[in-house]
Amino acid sequence: MSASELTIPQVEKDQKPKRERPRGMGAGKQLHAGPLTYVVLTVFALVSLAPLVWTAIAASRTDRRLAETPPPLWFGGNLFKNMERAWEEGGLGTAMFNTTFVAATITISTVVFATLAGFAFAKLRFRFSGVLLMLTIGTMMVPPQLAVVPLYLWMADLGWSNQLQTVILPTLCTAFGTFFMRQYLLQALPTELIEAARVDGASSLRVVWHVVFPAARPAMAVLGLLTFVFAWNDFLWPIIALNQENPTVQVALNSLGTGYVPDQAVIMAGALLGTLPLLIAFLLFGKQIVGGIMQGAVKG
Amino acid sequence: MSSSKQALAHAASADAAPGDQPGAAGRAHGRGTPPPPGPDSWRSRLYRWDMKASPYAFIAPFFIVFGAFSLVPLLYTAWYSLHNVQLANLDGQTWTGLDNYQNLLSSDFFWNALWNTCTIGVISTVPQLLMAIGLAHLLNYKLRGSTVWRVVMLTPYATSVAAATLVFVLLYSWDGGMINWLLEFVGIDPVNWRESDWGSQFAVSSIVIWRWTGYNALIYLAAMQAIPADLYESAAIDGANRWQQFLHVTIPQLRPTILFTVVVSTIGATQLFGEPLLFGGVSGSKGGSEHQYQTLGLYMYDQGWIIGNLGKASAIAWTMFLILLIVAVIQLLVSRRLRKSQ
Repeated sequence: MSASELTIPQVEKDQKPKRERPRGMGAGKQLHAGPLTYVVLTVFALVSLAPLVWTAIAASRTDRRLAETPPPLWFGGNLFKNMERAWEEGGLGTAMFNTTFVAATITISTVVFATLAGFAFAKLRFRFSGVLLMLTIGTMMVPPQLAVVPLYLWMADLGWSNQLQTVILPTLCTAFGTFFMRQYLLQALPTELIEAARVDGASSLRVVWHVVFPAARPAMAVLGLLTFVFAWNDFLWPIIALNQENPTVQVALNSLGTGYVPDQAVIMAGALLGTLPLLIAFLLFGKQIVGGIMQGAVKG
Repeated sequence: MSSSKQALAHAASADAAPGDQPGAAGRAHGRGTPPPPGPDSWRSRLYRWDMKASPYAFIAPFFIVFGAFSLVPLLYTAWYSLHNVQLANLDGQTWTGLDNYQNLLSSDFFWNALWNTCTIGVISTVPQLLMAIGLAHLLNYKLRGSTVWRVVMLTPYATSVAAATLVFVLLYSWDGGMINWLLEFVGIDPVNWRESDWGSQFAVSSIVIWRWTGYNALIYLAAMQAIPADLYESAAIDGANRWQQFLHVTIPQLRPTILFTVVVSTIGATQLFGEPLLFGGVSGSKGGSEHQYQTLGLYMYDQGWIIGNLGKASAIAWTMFLILLIVAVIQLLVSRRLRKSQ
């Protein structure tokens, strides 16, 4: 306690971050990691990956029952056969198609609307902008459970039960996305650029198209990835709104798990199929997703 | 709440940044306002109208979506919670006043679900955040392949609740499941993860911990990297070793971030739904044979869509919201206390 009291306040007040603070500056950056660090990290990495690897192992077996002693520890030869059965018998085919459509629509609309709103909050002056921004942030506190009963009743009234627009509409735009884009544009978009375009007589839409979107592109990509992961994995509302006839992947997986399917290898093949697109996205864009979460964290 | 404050503070400083060169900013501003053609032409009027209206047009989609699919339903949920609304007879809604709430408060299952939500929330959130801080500290060292480590730690986040839970159900099987098999190796008696009280709650929590530890570690890592190196230097000059530096520099500097993750995790824990539902399999919405891991989220789903009493489900939803608000206020008070005592 005494050490911190003596040093920190003084440093904080007097030596504001001046120049060339080394980047990535925490304590650790001064030192290379020792072997123990690598050991602990490896354990964490194994725990992170093991369930996924085991899913692939289990999905490749012939056993109707995978829970046996000893459990299957290496790949069998049935991966594609099991996947095919999950695809057809488990309804994963329709589900994958539906989820791709839902997630893509939600992603595109969230990214576009969030960029527009984020731009307005970051760079434009208008009445009540402060209050409206606080309201936007405040909505993140409202749990989705609070909306599902009326939404369900309305969708039933409209005859939209079990249709994909039921899942898409409530998520067309998110508070998180708006806030994320605002924080990015605040710094990434020079106000002078907007002013210059204005002087040339550009309308707001032209400014958005020629100045804002190009400047926002990196953040739009990250937000798009995060939104896609979220939309793909969303569970509560789809499971209430959709039935087994027209499911998303998560709804289909739920009924695989509760549907008395005796073949556990097929269930695991379904779980693997439902995760595969995101795992591939992680292989390709893992760095950007990590960066996006860290960026959103510091600023949010 | 505090996260938004922190964000706004951050935003305010960023807004001020261009002001470093008052001349340039002022010039740009002065240049930007007047439109090119004459003052009263239709073009200039259109231009001015565009300037005024476009901000509202840009934020409109969010507020329309939020209003139509969150705010209005929120109020309707309150309205339905005062009615008898049955899934089987949607048109026959009758006013019942506070009956649903009375019914709820006198139901053992409600209190059981509330208690389960608390216990599962604690045993999933506390270890998760502690491990995340430790993990972030390690990731903050100069590492070989630092990006690879981060991506690997985040992969569980990409796995959906449904897929993850189906896998864990098998891993936790009573006879022949991987985890009991491993326990036997170490000489521990197998645990009935699905039927036992604490065992099943632990199993459900472990799914949450698995999915979210890496995510929280990245959030802590980001905050750690923003801590100025001078703080560590002066602490080192004062003779603080690395552990003391972690305790007296890193942790206090992380306080806003820690509070942020606690708030977010608490909200997540209050709404816990997918993991226990799928973990229970066929008896999922009951939270196991003895309701041993039925959370509030599950209870609401069970009452609303399995039993078909949507009025009561609405009352549960609003009760959850009120509990969240109370928790938020407590957290706000605690954080204020902490700040004052510092």
